Amino acid sequence: MTTKTVIPLLCGLLFGAGLSISGMTDTRVVLGFLDITGAWDPSLMLVMVGALAITVPGFWLAQKRTKPILTSEFHLPASCKIESKPLLGSAIFGIGWGLYGYCPGPALASLTTLNWQPLLFIAAMAAGVYLEKWVQMLKQ
Amino acid sequence: MNTLLVPVIGGVLIGLSSLAMLALLGRITGISGIFAGVITAESGSAWRWAFLAGLIGGPLLFHLTTNSAAPLPSEAGWPLTIVAGLLVGFGTRYAGGCTSGHGVCGIGRLSQRSMAATATFIGAGMVTVYITRHLLGAG
Repeated sequence: MTTKTVIPLLCGLLFGAGLSISGMTDTRVVLGFLDITGAWDPSLMLVMVGALAITVPGFWLAQKRTKPILTSEFHLPASCKIESKPLLGSAIFGIGWGLYGYCPGPALASLTTLNWQPLLFIAAMAAGVYLEKWVQMLKQ
Repeated sequence: MNTLLVPVIGGVLIGLSSLAMLALLGRITGISGIFAGVITAESGSAWRWAFLAGLIGGPLLFHLTTNSAAPLPSEAGWPLTIVAGLLVGFGTRYAGGCTSGHGVCGIGRLSQRSMAATATFIGAGMVTVYITRHLLGAG
């Protein structure tokens, strides 16, 4: 119960608050970071610095354990190698991100504004997820 | 408050959330993966639903408690909203992660795969903004 609901809920709240505080739910701030030849906004870089200052040493410490504190195993990505698939996917993601200024987190974190923009963006994002599943199925 | 310090504090909260997910539950906080798991009804998704509920509710709680307004949405029209959403949904799944999964957690694990992915989506985003704002003169 605690591990399946309470802790992830609290972590989600913390994550969402972090996105709001840092201005990441504002597409203008995100596009301002990507606009290196215009009026550059360093906010997103500073968010990454703050986050990595916690995760780099924290993950290293956490993974010294053989299992997580409350559950039986770590669920980690199998490969840490550079391959063409994640690079191609990231290029496609980056184009969408640069066109609009939302990545998945900030789009979801903007839902409670009840504006149509995050709602439509997330619906399209869901369609993209299914499209990707379909493409993977065709490849097999 | 200092405009440079505020985003760092926000980032620290994001980092603490991701660290708690890994250290306590053994999970990588990749929002695109969590979202995909929920909408494709992947089994064992209770923790994903709970995290998403928090992610959606967190900003509302923040703006209510600080009595601040949420930022205005993008001025882009619906066609661009759909195109961008499709690209972000497809691209992040094909890449196996987004800004959180690759950028915060993957780099946090010092994964070269995630470092290269992060450099690629930031680079592609910068090129896209350069083309739309400075070559085509939109936005």
